[in-house]
Amino acid sequence: MTSFEFLLQQGINAISIGSLYALMAIGLAMVFGILRLINFAHGDLIMVGSYTTVLLMGAGVSFEWAAIAGIAASTITGLVMERVTYRPLRGAPEVAMLLTSFAVTIFLENLAIILFRPTSRPFFLPGLLNPVLEFGHLYISGLNIIAIIISVILLVFLTLFVTRTEAGISMRAASQDLVAARLMGINVNYVIATAFAIGSFLAGVVGILWSARVGKIDPLMGFYPVLKAFVASVIGGLGSIPGAVLGGYTLGILEILLQGFLPPALTSFRDAFVFIILIILLIFRPNGILGSSERDKI
Amino acid sequence: MERLQFKKVLLILLMLVILFVLLTITNLFASGYIKRIVIGLGINIILVVSLNLSNGFTGVFSLGHIGFMAIGAYTSAVLTLPILLKTVNLPNLFPWLGNLEMSFLPAALIGGFVSMIIALLVGLPLLRLNGSYISVATMGFLVIVRVILINWDTVTRGARTFSGVPSYTTIWNVWIWVVLTTYVVWQLKNSSFGRQTMAMRDNEIAAQSLGINKLRVRLLAFCLSAFFTGIAGALWAHFIMSFSPNSFYFTKAFSVITMLIVGGLGSISGSVVGSVAITILSEVLRNLERSFNLGFIHIPPLYGASQVIMAVIFILILVFKPNGISNGKEINFLKITKGPFLSRKQKEVF
Repeated sequence: MTSFEFLLQQGINAISIGSLYALMAIGLAMVFGILRLINFAHGDLIMVGSYTTVLLMGAGVSFEWAAIAGIAASTITGLVMERVTYRPLRGAPEVAMLLTSFAVTIFLENLAIILFRPTSRPFFLPGLLNPVLEFGHLYISGLNIIAIIISVILLVFLTLFVTRTEAGISMRAASQDLVAARLMGINVNYVIATAFAIGSFLAGVVGILWSARVGKIDPLMGFYPVLKAFVASVIGGLGSIPGAVLGGYTLGILEILLQGFLPPALTSFRDAFVFIILIILLIFRPNGILGSSERDKI
Repeated sequence: MERLQFKKVLLILLMLVILFVLLTITNLFASGYIKRIVIGLGINIILVVSLNLSNGFTGVFSLGHIGFMAIGAYTSAVLTLPILLKTVNLPNLFPWLGNLEMSFLPAALIGGFVSMIIALLVGLPLLRLNGSYISVATMGFLVIVRVILINWDTVTRGARTFSGVPSYTTIWNVWIWVVLTTYVVWQLKNSSFGRQTMAMRDNEIAAQSLGINKLRVRLLAFCLSAFFTGIAGALWAHFIMSFSPNSFYFTKAFSVITMLIVGGLGSISGSVVGSVAITILSEVLRNLERSFNLGFIHIPPLYGASQVIMAVIFILILVFKPNGISNGKEINFLKITKGPFLSRKQKEVF
């Protein structure tokens, strides 16, 4: 295998994992932009979607329908989460909302432990969807390509939604200034629900791609991806949708680079290095790469 | 006013005497189970009161304090582990550490100081950030600590259980630290430093325009808080005697934060009340989690049920009583104990 082929293979790997982080981070960014809420429970939507898919497939439903139901389950859970826990807290300090989302996570994860047992279950994609493409010496997992294609399609639709539709423009208005947006006649409840619905939908999609990548699911599976999505959205700047995408891909590339270039003795410290790099970045750009640096008005 | 000061001192002495009597009774007559709860409660109070020093007073909400607890626990455990056990459990340990066997107090203090130094190193970059960024970054700190604990085999035994830690923790040394921590934090709250931290929390710009140095104030509170958290970690290590990196992660962090929020951010007496309430509640819930027979119905064990209930209580408190039981203020014991202590006129002073 030539070094070019190696680079290509690792590059595709980085972009594919980066796409998943980006899709997750977008959900966080949309909600943070409007509500100033860091939704810790975003990761558990992944778990809800994957479990729904696996349980339905176990019951004999075909993969396509099970996946659609899984994504729907994520979306509905996200909406219910907003309605039941975050809406009563609207206007509360940022910390109170962050802690609530922490509690929602603990609630959902332990509920899943009670309902589905703490042990993991296997997750298989139907063989047709999981080909290994071979170009000369180059082996590329079809799953990576699928993840990249799906993410690009979703990103295009999302960009169109945010820039061209009334709902999207209202959403951006609400994230700039919630009170002013309300005075302009924007239905804030509707906008927030839309943000949650889109974020949760994306989390549902990520859930299926992530589970296929890992090959198993368990009640705590959402923790790791949401942690990565946090890092991604902080890199890009909390609350910025382009920032979330940029952060997601940056993180994906960074991880693969660390994997490749760290001496073998240190590769198991990879996650620590990721956070150390994040902290160093924050020293120089305290609001992330694309975050607004405007100061509080007195 | 002087009479009032005198009565306050008297009240504190009275409370200390009551505490002393209660602890003596527990120590002499209570079952091992109750003793363990009382020790666990003491450690929780230290954790919550010291977390309050950083999160409640400065308004910087750290999610990573359990990392300092882990540092204190591992430091003290490695320092006190008998040399014979070290050759078995930690064969690759550095020689200068391998031939060292400390007694409890210096080891715990070193644990606290190591936590404090690391808090200084971590705090210097992190505490410049704002609100949510600090929370995410301190969470990152917790992840870093965990990754290091899991991978630094030579010192921490990696992901395996660290066992054989000598049992030094007693009701007495825990509760001496409880009194000490509470006293120090209470004195700090009423010092000019404490007022600076709270001014900074309530209005950053106004406080800075009065010449209060944001980073200095935050850093001092963060480091002191890390010191006591490290001590609590050491006490916990010698109480539980075997633990692994998993013991110091988000479940533990969540339980300490729950106590803090239920008690009320910024209130020391609230922190104590919150710790007592949640410690007792979680003990009760833990017993309910076991399987039991209801006549002819057998209910299987529901692992995780206590966490589910705890999360619901936490959300309800945040929605309906966001400032906690204490409403963020100190619970005024002089007012509660009315009759013998205060004349009507003095009550109005409060």
